Amino acid sequence: MTGTGFLERRPRRRRLVNGQRPGWMAYGFLTAVMLGSMFPIYWSFLIGSGDASTINQQDIVWWPGGNFLTNAAAVLESDSVNFWRAIGNSILVSTVVSASVVLFSTLAGYTFAKLRFRGRDGLLIFVIATMAVPTQLGVVPLFIAMSQLQLAGTLWAVILPAVVSAFGVFWMTQYLAQALPYELIEAARVDGASMIRTFWSVALPAARPAAAMLALFTFIATWTNFFWPFIVLDRQNPTLPVALSLLQSNYFVDYSVVMAGVILSTIPLLILFVVAGRQLVSGIMQGAVKG
Amino acid sequence: MSKTAAWPVAPPKDERSVRRIAFSQTLSRWDVKISPYLYISPFFILFAITGMFPLAYTAWVSVHEWNLIGGQGDFVWFDNYAFVLSQPPFWIALRNTFSIFLISAVPQIAFALLIAAVLDRNLRAKTFWRMGVLLPYVVAPVAVTLIFSNMFGDQYGLINNLLGNLGIEPIGWHSDVLASHIAIATMVNFRWTGYTALILLAAMQAIPRDYYEASMIDGAGMVRQFFSITIPQLRPTLIFVIVTSTIGGLQIFDEPRLYDSVGQGGASSQWMTITIYLYNLGWGQLNFGRAAAVAWLLFLIIVLVGLINVAITRSIAKAS
Repeated sequence: MTGTGFLERRPRRRRLVNGQRPGWMAYGFLTAVMLGSMFPIYWSFLIGSGDASTINQQDIVWWPGGNFLTNAAAVLESDSVNFWRAIGNSILVSTVVSASVVLFSTLAGYTFAKLRFRGRDGLLIFVIATMAVPTQLGVVPLFIAMSQLQLAGTLWAVILPAVVSAFGVFWMTQYLAQALPYELIEAARVDGASMIRTFWSVALPAARPAAAMLALFTFIATWTNFFWPFIVLDRQNPTLPVALSLLQSNYFVDYSVVMAGVILSTIPLLILFVVAGRQLVSGIMQGAVKG
Repeated sequence: MSKTAAWPVAPPKDERSVRRIAFSQTLSRWDVKISPYLYISPFFILFAITGMFPLAYTAWVSVHEWNLIGGQGDFVWFDNYAFVLSQPPFWIALRNTFSIFLISAVPQIAFALLIAAVLDRNLRAKTFWRMGVLLPYVVAPVAVTLIFSNMFGDQYGLINNLLGNLGIEPIGWHSDVLASHIAIATMVNFRWTGYTALILLAAMQAIPRDYYEASMIDGAGMVRQFFSITIPQLRPTLIFVIVTSTIGGLQIFDEPRLYDSVGQGGASSQWMTITIYLYNLGWGQLNFGRAAAVAWLLFLIIVLVGLINVAITRSIAKAS
């Protein structure tokens, strides 16, 4: 763990080394990488705006056709795939999971970072160790348990196993350790605030930037999660990735409709990326320095 | 209301308020003592129930006859393991999983290093370029797979079309074992290379610039600097990246599952991975005992590979 903090800014790089602006090669390379990043998304729009025969043409068409809305309507009105429901479910599940991960992580992170109690170091090491445990492999007992609780097929089955995250606790601990001065906590305590009041009115506001990032990453991870929802949800009540997989598993696959579904399910995250892409970038870079 | 550090300004006048202050101080002391455990307990309790317990219970299920309809059956020792290990599909799945993992992880890290090195230059519009390489991260693996399985179509796929224009014979992206692994690895790398590059970029920026200045004075060029300063300094971060991609990569499911519309990993299991095999045993054949055995085996494999990673790193660290 290197000590580059969230808040302390690195002194500006000195000009001597790597100081001069790089030449066109660097920009050319990055442009190529970026085009590569965008092309598959564009391609799916190309197919998704054509018709069933677009995909089978020998001459590749490079411009979108005019059928996107028709195809999107076909996805949304499909009988075999409950797409509207999937959108609602994904929004609900991702929101609830993000909120609960942020709440519990902040609570535990604040405690590990700022409060003194017996067993603190050992428990924190335990949290860090569990980050590497592939809990996804517990799907068999998890499924048995959800079936016995009559929760299989319901959104609870997707939400409950995701309500806490070891990474989240570690992340908030790291952040609050440096972002929240002891003086603030002491001041609140001297003024007579109870422990929970201190958390609520001092720690929580201070945790906001890191909490927002954690929410962002948890939201994306939940939105794109497939394995467990695919196992435990049924066809009539899917999340978006499950619904997408059903689009493709129909006997006659019309790729223009499948790709329209891909675009529809990606648009919300693309919007999120436009709004909060900057935060995503700095979140990854800060998390990495910590890691 | 509990009051901490309640230093009364005036001495209490009657016995009642003395008692009240004493009581509130007791409450406050309990508040200080118990609150930390109260605040961390939701995480530990929920994590134990939803994370640790299922994983541990997998071992229990794996030594029983257990199916979806009948539930728990007889204790069968290691029969489920013996069965799984005697099945050729398990070994094919193991081979496929490692092959896809290596074909994705090695180029991904190499390419991410290259991207990070370029992003580490003193670029104009830094944030723009950084966001640009991260874009694929917001596309769900399922969506990525549907897009790429279409582009990698054996007959009408974009890639074979382009290759055809160059006069190259079409490649069996689905029918051929290695080609299908390359296609699936491409999907993984499409989504994760930019993400990995940003992690490495962050670590590169933490390298003290004096090192580069000193080496410049000694006459080292950029390539030499990259291999003699950047890479060694990045070692902890590289290990982090390798370990996390091992844990994720060996559990790969979404991409191979949706690479064709059948979802069985190909007509002759060309790209069937261990998690697909696990899924088929559990929710195809409804045999939870055997599925649990596969899950536990995969868990052990992941732990083993993780330990090997650490050991290799230790020995390299000692050598240098």
